[in-house]
Amino acid sequence: MNQSLLRVESLAKSYHGVPAVRGVSFTLERGEILALIGPNGAGKSTCFNMLNGQIRPNAGTILFEGQDVTASSPRSMWRRGVGRTFQITATFTSMTVRENLQTALLSHAGQLSRPFGKANRAFEVEADALLDRVGLRGQADRSCGELAYGDLKRLELAVALTNSPSLLLMDEPTAGMAPKERADLMRATAAIARERNVGILFTEHDMDIVFEHADRVMVLNRGELIAMGAPDVVRQDRQVRAIYLGEGLVHGDLAAAQVRH
Amino acid sequence: MTLRVSNLCGWYGQAQILFEVALDVGPGSVVALLGRNGAGKTTTFRSIAGLVPRREGVVVFGDQDVSRLPTYEIVRRGLAFVPEDRRIFTDLTVEENLEVGRQPPRLGVPHWTPERLYELFPNLAAMRRRLGGRMSGGEQQMLTIARSLMGNPRLVLLDEPSEGLAPKIVEDMAHAIVAMKREGLSILLSEQNLHFARLISDAAVVIESGHVRFAGPMAELVSHPDVYEAYLAV
Amino acid sequence: MALYLAQFLTGLAGAASLFLVASGLSIIFGVTRVVNFAHGAFYMVGAYVAYTLTERFEGAIGFWGGIVLSVLVVAALGGLVEILLLRRIYHAPDLFQLLATFGLTLMAEDLVVIIWGPEDLVGPRAPGLKGAVEVLGQAVPSYDLVLIALGPLVLGALWLLFHRTRFGILVRAATQDRDMVAALGVNQKWLFTAVFCLGVGLAALGGALQIPRDAVNHAMDLTVIVEAFVVVVIGGLGSVGGAFLASLLVAELNAFGILVLPGVSLVLVFVVMAVVLVLRPNGLLGRAEAPARGTGQMSSRPWRPLDAKAQFIALVAVAVAALLPLWLGPYGLAVGAEMLIFALFAMSLQFLMSTGGLASFGHAAYFGLGAYGAALAVKSLGWPMIPALGCGVMLGLAGAALFGWFCVRLAGVYFAMLTLAFAQIAWSAAFQWTAVTGGDNGLLGSWPDAWAASPRAFYWLSLAVAVGGIGALRILTFSPFGYGLRAVRDSSLRAEAIGIGRRHTQWVCFIVAGGFAALAGGLFAFLKGSVFPDALGIPTSVDGLVMVLLGGVGTVSGSVLGAVVYKALSVWLISQTDYSKLVLGAAIVGLVVLFPSGIGGFFSAWAGRRRVSTRATAAAPVEAAE
Ligand SMILES: Nc1ncnc2c1ncn2[C@@H]1O[C@H](COP(=O)(O)OP(=O)(O)OP(=O)(O)O)[C@@H](O)[C@H]1O
Ligand SMILES: Nc1ncnc2c1ncn2[C@@H]1O[C@H](COP(=O)(O)OP(=O)(O)OP(=O)(O)O)[C@@H](O)[C@H]1O
Ligand SMILES: [Mg+2]
Ligand SMILES: [Mg+2]
Repeated sequence: MNQSLLRVESLAKSYHGVPAVRGVSFTLERGEILALIGPNGAGKSTCFNMLNGQIRPNAGTILFEGQDVTASSPRSMWRRGVGRTFQITATFTSMTVRENLQTALLSHAGQLSRPFGKANRAFEVEADALLDRVGLRGQADRSCGELAYGDLKRLELAVALTNSPSLLLMDEPTAGMAPKERADLMRATAAIARERNVGILFTEHDMDIVFEHADRVMVLNRGELIAMGAPDVVRQDRQVRAIYLGEGLVHGDLAAAQVRH
Repeated sequence: MTLRVSNLCGWYGQAQILFEVALDVGPGSVVALLGRNGAGKTTTFRSIAGLVPRREGVVVFGDQDVSRLPTYEIVRRGLAFVPEDRRIFTDLTVEENLEVGRQPPRLGVPHWTPERLYELFPNLAAMRRRLGGRMSGGEQQMLTIARSLMGNPRLVLLDEPSEGLAPKIVEDMAHAIVAMKREGLSILLSEQNLHFARLISDAAVVIESGHVRFAGPMAELVSHPDVYEAYLAV
Repeated sequence: MALYLAQFLTGLAGAASLFLVASGLSIIFGVTRVVNFAHGAFYMVGAYVAYTLTERFEGAIGFWGGIVLSVLVVAALGGLVEILLLRRIYHAPDLFQLLATFGLTLMAEDLVVIIWGPEDLVGPRAPGLKGAVEVLGQAVPSYDLVLIALGPLVLGALWLLFHRTRFGILVRAATQDRDMVAALGVNQKWLFTAVFCLGVGLAALGGALQIPRDAVNHAMDLTVIVEAFVVVVIGGLGSVGGAFLASLLVAELNAFGILVLPGVSLVLVFVVMAVVLVLRPNGLLGRAEAPARGTGQMSSRPWRPLDAKAQFIALVAVAVAALLPLWLGPYGLAVGAEMLIFALFAMSLQFLMSTGGLASFGHAAYFGLGAYGAALAVKSLGWPMIPALGCGVMLGLAGAALFGWFCVRLAGVYFAMLTLAFAQIAWSAAFQWTAVTGGDNGLLGSWPDAWAASPRAFYWLSLAVAVGGIGALRILTFSPFGYGLRAVRDSSLRAEAIGIGRRHTQWVCFIVAGGFAALAGGLFAFLKGSVFPDALGIPTSVDGLVMVLLGGVGTVSGSVLGAVVYKALSVWLISQTDYSKLVLGAAIVGLVVLFPSGIGGFFSAWAGRRRVSTRATAAAPVEAAE
């Protein structure tokens, strides 16, 4: 039996009667990197929130490793091996960077109900290894409330990796970073995906990142998928250009670009 | 000079973030403050606007030293600050959001009314009565800028205006900034995206770990790959 | 039937005044995020000032002019308080302003007695409205009809103010994000002052309008503040319309409760509030509490277990405490034991508040359950002390498990109010279930066993239990469970996404905190040899809150210090002056201004700064050498 890692069928969600996502279907294989792009407000984050159980879909099904996980809780999605990062970073601000990871690692090991022993001595090695991967080792002992935005994004990624996920959901993982750092971080993430056979679904507004790393690209507009396929095909799609990519002033060929001063 | 910053130092608690930052913004010009994440761009803006708990140095705005004034006094003298995280009033309508930003007209600078702003940002015109919380990220970004313009500023500080926006909206944003400049406004914007900054700015200041590493015309920066590769991680 | 109608109209009239107070409270909380405990005091002062003014000026103009003038006077007083006191502490952690306004309330209660005397004062009737109107054969005072009309009028006026004026729009914007409003050129300070004056003015109006209906007295502040809190929470925080609905509901419950269920009328309102909150966690018309932005907390440095030096200091402190019986007499030892017991109680509340992020306004419930459990085991079952203490703890745990299961469904101020409601219900049970609890007369004769009966022995027992309990809670704070709790507190979104169940974790925390509070309560029963319902009362809960806030919410165990200081202050002051509330209130206000992050917070910040500066000087030569 060759079943997909993730299979989504006619997923739909509306807020107070206003549809945000309508009938989205797609599949994601192990080791595949799939990008979900679309204008602001298209429903990308809403899709993510349904996939990890944050919000309940109004209709449709989600199959993860062949099992129906529609509307299961974020906790059970985590236990099944789904890690995610948030668009608006969600970290434990009263803890240091390392403690954030230690908490997640303890949770993964099922030890978080232990009422004794020092938590900040647990899983130090594993935490530091993850921090190395995302380039945060130097800031391990800083309070995470004082990190710059880009560093918070790295921390998000590291936390999402603590349960050795087989599916990684990343909502704008590189927002707030410099171009090269974006590329580095994405490259590191892609390497993890290939080596551990992890499926990745991510959104991003930086098209350089999307077209370099994604195996396939889906385009969402007003809650509906309007295009799906190989990056180069999607890039040339006229509708996608009109509603999302624009004239390519900002990403791509700089020399040709001109804004009237 | 519209804005002249010299020897600006800023702290969060015990940690010094800015070290003697200096930069100038001339009348009607667009200056880009560039730097990778954590370089101190936001802190520079917040220090200029008086939002950092402890700061030192001289900030001359117009012909007055504003470095000891509280934020609202600085803003009332014609300096607008658009934060990177938008901070729309989600329970207020678009119109009401604009009203919060309204200040009396100022001599020698363009006078903005909601009607004029709807011309500049046509998207907003269609949703005057919509609650801020029901708008998409891009529309919110437009609204924050429009809201600041209601204060009839001489100078606008734009913190990462292109972040998190769809490429098409980023283009709209570029057009809007150029239009603002045409009105005679001075703009200081922070960016990590050199492509975007280059399209719209006259001059650049590069900052790294709270130190200024380069200041000069945009064209000069673009012709020095060694500089921008070293400090901007392009 | 007609009787019910008359009662209904009386209820409506009562609602007007309640609505004024509650909407003022709601508006102040919305913008400044201050839970204004002094709101009832302003209501009371409004009534007293109106009494004086309307007595002095005759006639209709005199009466209504006096009311308006008293509102202006009290609003100005509120402005003064805001400028002189609150402005200094807006940047302090959440709820700290509650402490300051609590101090003000204490002061006000004594001040009105000093100025107006302790007797109830009966104000003049409104000129021209002294009569009554016949409604279905029942006489309804015409003044009541005026009040009934007033409620909707004020509601309409407030709506217009908030939606049609620039001031109102600014207020609503500031409710969401005050720093952003400042960054748009609005002078936040004066906006806050204006809002505070408006809110206080509404409270004063509520008080002033009551004088023809009720006698003015120096305890009316507490009744009204509790009811106003309930109204605000039932209606939904920040919703003036919700406050209007809820004040109708509460006033009618009060009016009919007496007719229908006289026995339990005291709790009726709280039961309704509990039901509303369980069904609608944000109140009737409230929206989910968006975390208010800006004017952030002091950046808290990460918590660390005690290092060697701090451990040594703690050891010395315990040793000194253990040696005190060599010098202290029986009275001193009793006071000492009480301090230790309250240190444990405060620490249990701090675990809930600081580590769990759950500010409880009704923690005394578990203290009281522990006390009653222990006393009942001794009295009814004839158990010795230790098993009786165990019984108290079990009762506390059971109560915490039951109440906590509902409470952890809510968050923020709603959570606080539901805990308060349950504590009131427990208090009423103790008060009214005379057969078991002895009611107002309490349970007497819960003395310790012979081996612990001497003041010294009991002191040492208290010391051992308190040190053990506090130590255990500290260990828990730094254990994996403590980290799970902090994770939920910092970001429940992220916590859920890494497999931590918010409700379950917080529920366990609630039970643990309740258990330790019950242990303290059990000891308290043996210390005093008796238990009375006020062990579960609001004042006991507030004492605990004051200790935690005084010690510093941002610390792990600053409340221990807070408890010692607060107990010492109050015991000493009561013995020194007739105006103990005035002096204690002033002392609290003074401490708040001097130590805006609590006493414990102040010391740990100081120690932290020293650590940083020594590290900096140590590092400098190394850098120079390189
Ligand atoms: N809690 C909510 N209540 C009501 N409407 C909502 C809610 N969350 C999102 N929406 C609306 O649903 C639509 C989809 O939002 P979503 O956050 O999924 O967009 P997105 O594609 O992630 O956009 P962006 O790129 O700006 O992050 C938007 O129109 C948004 O305004
Ligand atoms: N509240 C704070 N407390 C302590 N340190 C802080 C705080 N906010 C920012 N910092 C630190 O100040 C430095 C500069 O941050 P700043 O936000 O100015 O960078 P930035 O250039 O705007 O970065 P980004 O592009 O990610 O927004 C960073 O090292 C950051 O960790
Ligand atoms: Mg999104
Ligand atoms: Mg920034």
